[in-house]
Amino acid sequence: MAKVTFNEDICKGCGLCVDACPKHILALAKDKINKKGHNPAVMTDQEKCIGCAFCATMCPDCVIKVEK
Amino acid sequence: MAEKVLMKGNEAIAESAIRSGCLHYFGYPITPQTEVAAYMAKRMPKIGGVFLQAESEISAINMVYGVAATGKRVMTSSSSPGISLKQEGISYIAGSDLPAVIVNVQRGGPGLGGIQPSQSDYFQATKGGGHGDYHLIVLTPSSVQEMADLTSLAFDLADKYRMPAMLLADGTMGQMMEPVVLPEPKNCTVDKPWALTGTECKREHNIVNSLYLSPEVLERTNIERFERYKEVEKNETRWEEYMMEDAEYCIVAFGIAARVAKNAIKVLREKGIKTGLIRPITVWPFPTEPIRKAADKVKGFISVELSMGQMIEDVKLAEECKKPVSLCSRSGGMIPDVEKIVKSVEEMANGEAK
Amino acid sequence: MAVVFEKPKSLTSKEFHYCPGCPHGIIHRLVAEAIDNLGIEGKAIGVAPVGCAVMAYDYFTCDMIEAAHGRAPAVATGIKRSLPENIVFTYQGDGDLASIGMAETVHAATRNENITIIFVNNAIYGMTGGQMAPTSLPGQVTQTSPYGRDVKTAGYPIKVAELLSSLDAPYYIERVAVNNVKNVKHAGKAIEKAFRNQMEGKGFSLIEVISACPTNWGLTPQKALQWVDEKMIPYYPLGVYRDKDKEASV
Repeated sequence: MAKVTFNEDICKGCGLCVDACPKHILALAKDKINKKGHNPAVMTDQEKCIGCAFCATMCPDCVIKVEK
Repeated sequence: MAEKVLMKGNEAIAESAIRSGCLHYFGYPITPQTEVAAYMAKRMPKIGGVFLQAESEISAINMVYGVAATGKRVMTSSSSPGISLKQEGISYIAGSDLPAVIVNVQRGGPGLGGIQPSQSDYFQATKGGGHGDYHLIVLTPSSVQEMADLTSLAFDLADKYRMPAMLLADGTMGQMMEPVVLPEPKNCTVDKPWALTGTECKREHNIVNSLYLSPEVLERTNIERFERYKEVEKNETRWEEYMMEDAEYCIVAFGIAARVAKNAIKVLREKGIKTGLIRPITVWPFPTEPIRKAADKVKGFISVELSMGQMIEDVKLAEECKKPVSLCSRSGGMIPDVEKIVKSVEEMANGEAK
Repeated sequence: MAVVFEKPKSLTSKEFHYCPGCPHGIIHRLVAEAIDNLGIEGKAIGVAPVGCAVMAYDYFTCDMIEAAHGRAPAVATGIKRSLPENIVFTYQGDGDLASIGMAETVHAATRNENITIIFVNNAIYGMTGGQMAPTSLPGQVTQTSPYGRDVKTAGYPIKVAELLSSLDAPYYIERVAVNNVKNVKHAGKAIEKAFRNQMEGKGFSLIEVISACPTNWGLTPQKALQWVDEKMIPYYPLGVYRDKDKEASV
């Protein structure tokens, strides 16, 4: 059981977390624009998250908190 | 009464700095000030201080910037070409509101120039020197005693007003030996809550910086700094008046030029030409007021300088075009002698001066 | 549930001003993680460069100073000589460290100055809009090498880790990269070691971090990291170039 929380407001939508995720469960939200004007990264399937924190490791903006 | 010792000017600077609580010195060899570095190299390791010969004047001044940011007293010294290299760092120190002492034992220029005494860095020292809106407190010693006293004063003023102070000497002052009473040991008494010391996780972090990307903020910072400069002008302008009571002609000269001028004044007075001297001890702030006042009494001013004529501009601004101002100068490492100064004053007295 | 990853304590709440996908943010975080892990936040003093990371002083919670372009190692020397018990680091880019500040870098290294240098090599001047850096690759197109870096006129890139490791003095020099998870994790370890060396009084430690500049390279963040892998790392091989810990044990 793992949980990933995004501080969506400060996400710049670079997508490095999306690429880093081994479970392919992250995506840039096409239907959402945050206050910086970016499509923020979101979790698409929390159940499959293994809490490896690869996403957070590659995030340049400290957007992601990982709990396990 | 403290004991008098015979010392070279450059060594008096170094010893006075140490007695003023300066335990960090960074330098780079250049004639005619290298004795300062040599003295520091010998003394600092014995007293737990830091002497470091930097890879360049640029590095030396940036090491000064680093130490100044930690709140400790720190000094560098050089001569004209080296001072040019330091201007970048001096501008950052001024822009970050840090105290530091910079010694310039001037030699002739421009370019590599020569190694003989000069005062031709006057513009550089008094008008800013590096980029941006700022000033240094600039002190001009005229004896080995003053080399010691003004070095000591430079540390106090730099700390008090949070700005760099420069000792603007010349090769003669640096090289000559005279008896000197060294200042009593002291230390900085000013509180420095802005200093980088490590937060110990007990306070917000301190930031030493001169970058303000908002023009409004940068302007405000500059205005605040110039308010401080006004205080310096009000409180710290220093000069000596010599035989000015009945003077009809006023020589303005500092450093070695002022010493020669005093001898010239004796000769002139023997000839019946009542001449006096206003000797700026600070050239920034410049003693504008006494010169303006003298303009109401004297018939003319003679600016005696070891340059092609730099301070003369400030003399003219100070006396507000009330009386003629002439220049008596030698450049390139030459020193105006008594005869030349006498002749200049006589020319003015005879109405021949331009 | 336990927190396995969050923003390090030694970073302020200020959001990074960097472009989307700029690895400066990753490297800042690695520095802050090292400071947290070693418990030196209260003793650390950082020196910010001129370049994209000029405002690093806003991001770290420790005391900070902003140095003139290239002068950070000299400023750090002053601070460290004044406060030998504190932990002093610089954070510099390639233009700052390897071009205008080369003298300061080499001499701090040869004095084995007990400081930590984080050197970010992304082969371009980012802040000024993408000019040729001392580390730009042969043939690399930049604003000031519009036909590609011509080594006949512009010379060859400077390999900082190799150059500095030709000196006798420096204690630890390693080149790392931040183009994938594995490399980022390793970079964090190297940075932490560079700080630990200073705590142990060992001397000069420099970590060259091969980074990317998606904006000025004209690539997406993903493609930029791929370019690091395909172009940068072959030219700038990763690895330990000097480690006196190892030499001593040999």
